[in-house]
Amino acid sequence: MSVIYVLLTISIIIAVLFFIAFIKAVKSGQYDDDYTPSVRMLFEDELVKTKPNKTIKKQKSN
Amino acid sequence: MKQTTCFHCGDSCTTDHIIFDNKNFCCNGCKTVYEIFSENDLTCYYDLQQSPGATPKEIQGKYDFLSDESIIEKLTEFNDGNNQIVTLTIPHIHCSSCIWILENLNKLNPNITTSQVNFGKKTLRVTYKSKEISLKELVLLLSKIGYEPYISLEDFNTGKNKVNRSLIYKLGVAGFAFGNVMFLSFPEYFEVEEFWLDQYKNVFRWLMFTFSLPVVFYAAQDYFISAYKGLKSKLLNIDIPIALGILVLFIRSTVEIIFDLGTGFFDSLTGLVFFLLLGKFFQQRTYNFLSFERDYKSYFPIAVTKIYHDKEIPIQVYDIKKGDRLLIRNEELIPVDGILINGNANIDYSFVTGESEAVKKHSGDKLFAGGKQTAGSIEMEALNAVEQSYLTQLWSNDIFNKNKEDGFTSLTNAISKRFTVAVLSIATLATVYWLIVDASKAINVFTAVLIIACPCAIALSAPFTLGNLLRIFGKLKFYLKNASVIEQLAKIDTIIFDKTGTITSNKESKTAYVGETLSTEEEALLTSTLRHSNHPLSRSLYDILQKNNIVSLNHFEEHLGQGIYGTSNSNSIKIGSAHYVGKPQQETDLHTAVHISTNNAYKGKFTFYNSYRKGLSKLFKTLKKDFDLAILSGDNDSELENLKKLLPSKTKLIFNQKPNDKLEYIKHHQNNGANVLMVGDGLNDAGALAQSDVGIAISENINVFSPACDAILDASKFDQLHNYIKASKAAIKIIKWSFIFSFIYNVIGLYFAITGQLMPVIAAILMPLSSISIVIFTTIATNVLGRRLK
Repeated sequence: MSVIYVLLTISIIIAVLFFIAFIKAVKSGQYDDDYTPSVRMLFEDELVKTKPNKTIKKQKSN
Repeated sequence: MKQTTCFHCGDSCTTDHIIFDNKNFCCNGCKTVYEIFSENDLTCYYDLQQSPGATPKEIQGKYDFLSDESIIEKLTEFNDGNNQIVTLTIPHIHCSSCIWILENLNKLNPNITTSQVNFGKKTLRVTYKSKEISLKELVLLLSKIGYEPYISLEDFNTGKNKVNRSLIYKLGVAGFAFGNVMFLSFPEYFEVEEFWLDQYKNVFRWLMFTFSLPVVFYAAQDYFISAYKGLKSKLLNIDIPIALGILVLFIRSTVEIIFDLGTGFFDSLTGLVFFLLLGKFFQQRTYNFLSFERDYKSYFPIAVTKIYHDKEIPIQVYDIKKGDRLLIRNEELIPVDGILINGNANIDYSFVTGESEAVKKHSGDKLFAGGKQTAGSIEMEALNAVEQSYLTQLWSNDIFNKNKEDGFTSLTNAISKRFTVAVLSIATLATVYWLIVDASKAINVFTAVLIIACPCAIALSAPFTLGNLLRIFGKLKFYLKNASVIEQLAKIDTIIFDKTGTITSNKESKTAYVGETLSTEEEALLTSTLRHSNHPLSRSLYDILQKNNIVSLNHFEEHLGQGIYGTSNSNSIKIGSAHYVGKPQQETDLHTAVHISTNNAYKGKFTFYNSYRKGLSKLFKTLKKDFDLAILSGDNDSELENLKKLLPSKTKLIFNQKPNDKLEYIKHHQNNGANVLMVGDGLNDAGALAQSDVGIAISENINVFSPACDAILDASKFDQLHNYIKASKAAIKIIKWSFIFSFIYNVIGLYFAITGQLMPVIAAILMPLSSISIVIFTTIATNVLGRRLK
């Protein structure tokens, strides 16, 4: 049945898409530094926290 | 007194204790950095790690060369007049706080657009508006907050940092094809005669063929190239049977599907290449933050100040010509050989000789490149251009251009020689047999033998064993350049040590006082005076002396390169060189000493002795059983008696060795058939390290200053050296065991191949199974080995 052609084409197209994504990721330098991004991600929370923390600190010192 | 540590840098607050904002600081510099951070809402820095900072250093005038347009042009990656992008190496990056503060630089100065840290490489990439903030200001800002960039001659050519990612691409291609081919060949494993599958089998087969094309012609190309090179130089390396196996697999599979004889072995083919590349990937593990290939370029500054018509102008180091007058500031390296004209020269040659004590020079004396000025600025006249100076000449020695691996036959290659011969003769014999019995099967059997005997398991065992051990060693602060160093390390029979900086520690030294006993008052005056001096000897003496009552001084003077002078109440003290304190009779003294006189009367001297590394004696005793030991020192023999007491009786002690002598000594032993391990530290050992079979550089600070070598060992792990060598030998045993295992698999496979029953399913099971079981075996074995090391 020709449905197998359709299925094969779809599955291979998806596989090739993933492969292209992988090559792109390597090319962009994503695998060059495998430590910093994992830490950088956590900083976003820290930045939000600073403001309320600061007011508490100020109250204490006053 | 309770020991308080600095809130910013974590050093103990002994000298100047400052309390600010309810926090302790060890010096004004740390306090200032804290102030900068708190003013800009950046105190989050201290929440991430405890005391993450570094004490900022005085850097007046050091970066003046960064205002030179041609130097900026060389350093920046991008420069359109408004925006510049620069990548700076910052050795101090060590924790997540560092990443946080450096990526928030725009809060300290709004003209910095973005900054991004690469933690592994310890680099910072900054984009900034060059009209508002110059490169020099940027570097000064970084230095001010304790992140001084390290700019050396090596940064001179920026465009070169291209990363070689081809192995990742190849691995990706092979993995992608392997997965898809497995999936496409699934129906064939079970039932080919079934109606629907039979109908479409050609589609599946040709798809598999298509997927295998990039694997054979792109991912596996290194094996073909290496095999070709091996054949050309008449060397039977491991890549020859591998390349042969891949080629036979591909051709036979293609022939099979063209003539509809069978399904082919595309799954085994892609799987084989994938596993082989995986092994290569594992072996190629490197430590990004370490450099094993340092030459003088990474030590030299990029620019130096030239005095021209009484004006100070920064010039590039390469532009120095004979006769130029150069200004060398405090803490700067001397870039070329020259003659001292004026100033207090106190040159620290530790990068060159490993000797930590500074040498005093007088006007008219010759200065050598690589020395570091430590007492104020001096003026000198260049004797020649950079390329012709002493250090660069040492580096131009032929051995630095030789690749050590070329002359070294690894265990795998040694075995593969016999292996290739054996496989080819088995294949021929089997084919001859089948030609007689059943000629139709002959070609089948011939190819089957080559396929199944493809030594993928053998090719995998060494990369995985050595790669994993490399990782374990790295965790234990023993960093190897690549996996083959382990194999070479296992063959060592002679070990040669450098003395200063290698078996002695630069940081700690022992002192002894000779002379009249000092009264309590004098002792108090001595410590109080020392407290004000920043000279390395004063600092180490101050740290050793008991802290008596600190008295406040009425007067303090520091005479650069000579000594210090202090008065309190009616007493005065002079601390420094024999000549300075007015020592009556001069004697030749081999040791470094600090002389003291109070109220103009000579009292005595503190002599500094080398202090040997922890566990030295024990290490030498254990090494003595298995190895020939020798110590080559560039020093005089003042420590001879001391060393004799410490070390086993047969250790050879040779003194007064110049860098070239060391190199020749090693060459001589190698010519007599010895495998030499050289352990050294300074640039002066660079030649010896390169000449030896394995060169290990000992380093107190892993991130800066180790000469080109095969391995870098953290000084704190020095006493473990013997265990590391033993582990390397054990690793070779593991590889030999896995060779035996893969040999058993091959015998089983060969049975199927010779009898002509090799089905694709059997190959598809047997080949990955042997590879995976070898990988598992070597990984477990090396991990057990690693656990025994500490």
